[in-house]
Amino acid sequence: MGIWLLRRVGQIIPTLLILSVMIFGLQQLMPGDPALILAGEERGDEQVLAQIRAELRLDRSLPEQYWAWITRVIQGDFGFSWRIRVPVSELILEKLPVTFQLGAMAFIIAVLIGVPLGILSAVRKDQPADWAANGAALFGISMPNFWLGILMILLFSVQLGWLPPSGYVPLTEDPWQSLATTIMPAFVLGTGVAGVLMRHTRAAMLGAMSQDYVRTARAKGLRERVVVWKHALRNALIPVVTLGTIEFGRLLSGAVLTEQIFSIPGFGKLVVDAVFNRDYPVVQGVVLATALIFVLLSLLADILYMAINPRLRRA
Amino acid sequence: MRRHFVAAAMAVGVALGTGLAAQPAAAQQHLRIALREDPDILDPTLARTYVGRIVFASLCDKLFDINEQLEVVPMLATGYRWENPTTLIITLREGVRFHDGERMDAEAVVYSLNRHASFQGSFRRSELTGIEKVEAVDPLTVRITLRAPSAAFLSVLTDRSGMILSPRAAEAAGRDFGLRPVCAGPFRFVERVAQSRIVVERFADYWNPSVIHLDRITYLPIPDNNARIANVQSGAVEFAERMEPDHVEMVARNNRLRVVQVPELGYQGITYNLNNGPRAQTPFGQNPRVREAFELAIDRAAINQVVYSGAYTPTAQAVPPANPFHVRDFQPEARNVARARQLLREAGVQTPVRVELTVPNNPDLRQVGEVIQAMVREAGFELRINAMEFASSLQASTRGEFETFLLGWSGRVDPDGNIYTFVHSRGPANDGRYSNPEADRLLDAARVELDADRRRALYAELNQVSLRQDRARMYLWHRKNIFIHSTRLQGYVPVPDGMIRVQGLRLN
Repeated sequence: MGIWLLRRVGQIIPTLLILSVMIFGLQQLMPGDPALILAGEERGDEQVLAQIRAELRLDRSLPEQYWAWITRVIQGDFGFSWRIRVPVSELILEKLPVTFQLGAMAFIIAVLIGVPLGILSAVRKDQPADWAANGAALFGISMPNFWLGILMILLFSVQLGWLPPSGYVPLTEDPWQSLATTIMPAFVLGTGVAGVLMRHTRAAMLGAMSQDYVRTARAKGLRERVVVWKHALRNALIPVVTLGTIEFGRLLSGAVLTEQIFSIPGFGKLVVDAVFNRDYPVVQGVVLATALIFVLLSLLADILYMAINPRLRRA
Repeated sequence: MRRHFVAAAMAVGVALGTGLAAQPAAAQQHLRIALREDPDILDPTLARTYVGRIVFASLCDKLFDINEQLEVVPMLATGYRWENPTTLIITLREGVRFHDGERMDAEAVVYSLNRHASFQGSFRRSELTGIEKVEAVDPLTVRITLRAPSAAFLSVLTDRSGMILSPRAAEAAGRDFGLRPVCAGPFRFVERVAQSRIVVERFADYWNPSVIHLDRITYLPIPDNNARIANVQSGAVEFAERMEPDHVEMVARNNRLRVVQVPELGYQGITYNLNNGPRAQTPFGQNPRVREAFELAIDRAAINQVVYSGAYTPTAQAVPPANPFHVRDFQPEARNVARARQLLREAGVQTPVRVELTVPNNPDLRQVGEVIQAMVREAGFELRINAMEFASSLQASTRGEFETFLLGWSGRVDPDGNIYTFVHSRGPANDGRYSNPEADRLLDAARVELDADRRRALYAELNQVSLRQDRARMYLWHRKNIFIHSTRLQGYVPVPDGMIRVQGLRLN
């Protein structure tokens, strides 16, 4: 177990290095000269452009630029935002808790809706409850985030006046207001994942329910509740956990539209604005941090497997 | 059990409704303003964005300001006089303090102007390039010597170039001054959370306290139009800037909101590629008759009606009607498809004439492109629309990778700022590389002409040369800055530059 864990952690470093090259390389393929964007209305002035390029080392070769960036990153220095001159690490540390809170709330909502619906749907297969759960999942998956978001803002903020339409208050500042500002975006974000989780839980449960050990458990005369919760669900949860961790990672990086609509100053909004403004250090820093989160989440998934399924520990 | 659960859920709902809803900032005079974008760095020397200027309006007073009639009025200065055509004497207000308690005097003005003009990476440099030297005559008098007479110079001091910074704070912070700006405005900087909020609070030692009634202002960047309108409708903010024409109707029946529409200083137009690389070597780029036919095929008023509900002002020139240098008798020609077809025949070009229109990828500008496409088709043009993300389109424009380009300009108080850089052969934003010595001569002459009537006549002549004769570019309309604010907010004075001046604002 210990050696396995060490080996898995060891794999993370080359993965991140390869990713850093890809992030840097892909960004160079984007059309649009950052110096032109940064020059704004002075963009026609060659002197201004040359000055920006020299200051940001855009006049150096790509390998030189990459080397300068990666050596600083290894030392923990992600550079500073070209647009607002704030250190990228500061921006990441400022935005990460916001997106993490949003992602965690969305994930909790998704699990609370998706997993029970999936179980219900599997246990009541081909009955009205199954159809209703499938319909709800389809709604969750196919409803565009921005549309649902706007509808919710219109209902809960403009019509009823219950919740603030946008913005964000940190948990540490005012927990109630923090909850108020994040509950709508979290719900919007969570519905899609709930649908996916429901479908997967249903499939995994149906698979587990048809296994021999379930038949044996029933033949022993166990109550149906014990068969479902203790025997089938525990086995069915393995693929759901894998999917859950991946979906959680996706929530962290994929909250772009939701953050935009609700003006939540999180990771997604940070990276989108940075891309549009060609703020390369921010794009690079945020994408690398997101990659790291994904890698760590997949490690966490592997560890969780072992906790849930003892056979893997012996393998 | 189930009934209890429902009751509990309802109680939570009520609690949410009463406790967590958007609370109006009633107790103190706290104004919340929804911005269309997140500003860039808050350093007047290094800042570039329009939206940043809105925040500076509360933080950094300028030597001069402009009023609703676009007249230059004193702010930190009390007056000025031209000693000779290249020497400007500015007298300063007494007893003005910066947010750090330092005194605002002639030395601070000299420091700020020199910083704007020469600081590494300054975006004010091109505006102040005409300055030869700045000197402090006495603690309240500054002498600015220019290299050549400049009619536009005073107006430059009504914007970021005229903002005076605390020398002590600027020296201490260096390039990081924008992280905690220290100026002499009515509000001082409190905090900024990128993409979330900028908070400023009333500066107790402001030189003109009687006009400041607010205690605190929070600027909230909310780029999504629907979210911005929802915020102002729900009372989560009291003011939303740069709204869309279709929002006007949306809130027309809401008696808690007021709509203010102000004609802007800039314009929307089409840049033609006349001489910038191989894309200019087309019948369209080389023959003014073809371009005339193109313009005659377009009905500006109809596009304005279809896309913007008629909110904007169709135009044929760069200077809006509110500006004293607007040439009244230079109006858009009426659409004339028959004449356009005839011009194409006279030009001897093969129809349909293929032209590409590059459009920044916004829904409304794409729609404008589509209407133009339909209109010019009737005259014999086959217009292809090339919608491009903004950053990419800027690069394409500068490199000459376009034939025609639909682009707007936020505008400047002085007409020179709307024309020179785009039309003069040495103009840094002349992406189409238009070049006519006569147009250059007129622009250079207008730049140094201090008599308003003679200057207007020069611009009138320039319009005839560059727009009617050469068809160097096409102006479409002057947009409007549309603001929506709560009726609780009193005292807002709209000025065409679109800035939100905080003097006189009060919440009831």
